[in-house]
Amino acid sequence: MTLTKAELADLLFEKVGLNKREAKDMVDAFYEEIRVALQSGDGVKLSGFGNFQLRDKPQRPGRNPKTGEEIPITARRVVTFRASQKLKAMVEKNHQGKRAG
Amino acid sequence: MTKSELISRLAGRYPQLVAKDAELAVKIILGAMVKSLLQGERIEIRGFGSFNLNCRPPRVGRNPKTGEKVKVPEKYIPHFKAGKELRERVDSKD
Repeated sequence: MTLTKAELADLLFEKVGLNKREAKDMVDAFYEEIRVALQSGDGVKLSGFGNFQLRDKPQRPGRNPKTGEEIPITARRVVTFRASQKLKAMVEKNHQGKRAG
Repeated sequence: MTKSELISRLAGRYPQLVAKDAELAVKIILGAMVKSLLQGERIEIRGFGSFNLNCRPPRVGRNPKTGEKVKVPEKYIPHFKAGKELRERVDSKD
C-alpha cells in the first residue's frame, strides 16, 4: 500500500468535515504551499516531522552511462529532507519492536 | 516557513473555513504521513515527491573517544525524493 493524496483527502473528509472537493483542495494546497516556499528559496520546518532544505550544488563532471560520453552536470539547486529526531526515533523504535517480536 | 506559518497560509486561502480547520488538516496530513512511514509504507505525492524508508546495513563503528569497537545494528531512515515538478520549480532561475 502507498499513501497518496486521495487517501489524505478521504481523511480530511472524515475527520475535519470538509466536503470532498474542499478536502482535495486542502491536500493540494498543503503541498503547494511547501513548493511555493521552497521555490522562493525559503526552507520549510515542520516540527515533529522534518525539515526541507535547499542546497546549491556546483557543476561537476558526469557521464552518460549508456554511451560513456562525458557531459558536465550543471550547477543546480536541490531540495533535501531531514527527518526530525522525533520521527527518526519513532521509526527506529518501531523497527526494533518488529525485530524483537 | 514553519508549521504555524503553513497553517496560517492555508487558512488565508480558505476564508470560509475556520482557522482551526486548517490547523487540524495539517495535523491530520502530517500524522497520516508519520503513520505510513512507521508501517514501512511508501508515501507518493505526484508533483511533490515520495517518502520511504532507507535501510542502513549493520556495521562495526568505533567510539571516537575510546577507540573501542561498537556494533551498530541495521537501521531505517526516512528518505525523501523530490518529484519532477518540485525539482524543476526549485531550480528555476526566475
